[in-house]
Amino acid sequence: MTAKTPLLKVNNAGIRFGGLKAVSDVNLELKQGELVGLIGPNGAGKTTFFNLLTGVYVPTEGSIELDGDKLNGLAPYKITKKGISRTFQNIRLFSELSVLDNVKVAYHSLAKHSILSSIFRLPKHFSEEKYMEEKAIEFLKIFNLDNVMHETAKNLPYGQQRRLEIARALAANPKLLLLDEPAAGMNPQETEELMNLIALIRKKFDLTILLIEHDMLLVMGVCERIYVLDHGQLIADGTPEQIRNNPKVIEAYLGEEVS
Amino acid sequence: MNILKHAKGFWSSIVLAIVFGVVMQFLITGEIINFFYVNTLYFIGINIILAASLHLIIGITGQFSIGHAGFLAVGAYASAIITMKLELPFSLSLLAGGVAAAIAGLIIGIPTLRLKGDYLAIATLGFGEIVRIVFLNIEYVGGASGMTVTQLTTWPWLFGSILLTLIVIRNFTNSTHGRACISVRENEIAADAMGINTTYYKVVAFAIGAFFAGVAGALYAHNFFIIQPTNFGFLKSFDILIFVVLGGLGSLSGAVLSAILLTIISTFLQSYPELRMIIYSLVLIMMMLYRPQGLMGTRELTSFFKFGKSAKRGINS
Repeated sequence: MTAKTPLLKVNNAGIRFGGLKAVSDVNLELKQGELVGLIGPNGAGKTTFFNLLTGVYVPTEGSIELDGDKLNGLAPYKITKKGISRTFQNIRLFSELSVLDNVKVAYHSLAKHSILSSIFRLPKHFSEEKYMEEKAIEFLKIFNLDNVMHETAKNLPYGQQRRLEIARALAANPKLLLLDEPAAGMNPQETEELMNLIALIRKKFDLTILLIEHDMLLVMGVCERIYVLDHGQLIADGTPEQIRNNPKVIEAYLGEEVS
Repeated sequence: MNILKHAKGFWSSIVLAIVFGVVMQFLITGEIINFFYVNTLYFIGINIILAASLHLIIGITGQFSIGHAGFLAVGAYASAIITMKLELPFSLSLLAGGVAAAIAGLIIGIPTLRLKGDYLAIATLGFGEIVRIVFLNIEYVGGASGMTVTQLTTWPWLFGSILLTLIVIRNFTNSTHGRACISVRENEIAADAMGINTTYYKVVAFAIGAFFAGVAGALYAHNFFIIQPTNFGFLKSFDILIFVVLGGLGSLSGAVLSAILLTIISTFLQSYPELRMIIYSLVLIMMMLYRPQGLMGTRELTSFFKFGKSAKRGINS
């Protein structure tokens, strides 16, 4: 183990909905700059775990720390400001807004002008809005979306919508990016492009990424470490090689061997 | 550079509006337009303010509130108390009407805006009815028989209020704060995940909307000689809601346009009281059948005058 302190530290975190333990006793650590996968069969609690990290649900047990700051019980928008940003399994864009405005919304927390200065169109409004627009355009260029920036988001093809969602999540300036099945519904070629993009942004923005994915080949291909979740509990973690040969994981995915 | 261009268009449309206001003022004081039409004009003006203020809450922020007549009532009574009971000037009563309604908006908004969809609608409907019944039972403001108010609403006050309402709501919408509100409408969970304090923006939109409804209430009270709780029933709330829905949810110019059209239609139908509601309802049904997105959809009037790239900008103009 290296001497670096973990960026994200999850201690025995879990949540119950009434009598149902959706996620329990999850211990997880992410170091600065890692690309880690989270896999598991359907209904294992992967998205629920993301919802715990981002504050959509408040963990009923355990603790979650980002850079030593406790996140338990914080409102989702505060957690985003602290540096966790995410995409969604089913795309959640602001569909009636333009591509550019979608990214600008993510820049909102950087804006320094008050409501009053916008209402009375004070100089601060113009300088701040201009700054936001320039930043957002710059950003869309990285994602190759600048040529469609005035398009309404809902009119984009599927692959571009996925890319826009990642762009928007990154515009919120996260330290930790959570990707919830980014390759869902993509063909092999689109998936490969996506993987290259993820590798690129990771380097460019010095990001730590936690990735949920069903496509095993993809997860095994890009992730340095993998956590496996089943029935709300972590059953394994390790390098792709270790995971591939872990009997517990094989059991979770394929069922028990008949003896 | 884009923003500066927008600013230029913005100032020229304000100058145009002021010219229109001054011309109307001469037509009214010169008695060139007859009293009936002037009255209709006042009606239209008040409805424009109401439609624009509800547009901010429903069309922009997506919070389905159907108790808007409650804010109208609070503004009307608060302003009437200022001029009639305390004998203070009309300008102050306009402001007081707005502030009182905004405070009512905060009081009702903070607890109820955590509700969504139908539940929020029911809660705000309840609020509207509570306001009406409260005024019905306060002797100080005349109870059921209402309160007599001197006619003080004049064209300059009315026109100034319309202009201010539209400018404030337009400027608010076309800023990062407005985008935050729209993102709440589009997808609240995603807005939250993007670092938007959704509750704050919902409450802000609610308070600004309530403020202008209160101003409209003050203008309303000082135009009709008498205000009674029955003027502010839930049918009034629905009238305002219809302006917004018919104009196209999310379009300010649509809300204004439909407020003008529907007020004219309902004024002219007053000569046929037995047919009035039937024709009015038929217009609404036809509209919903053939143009369910409303008159303007989410587009603004200005987007029709632009071509190419900027025409697609829609709400950004």
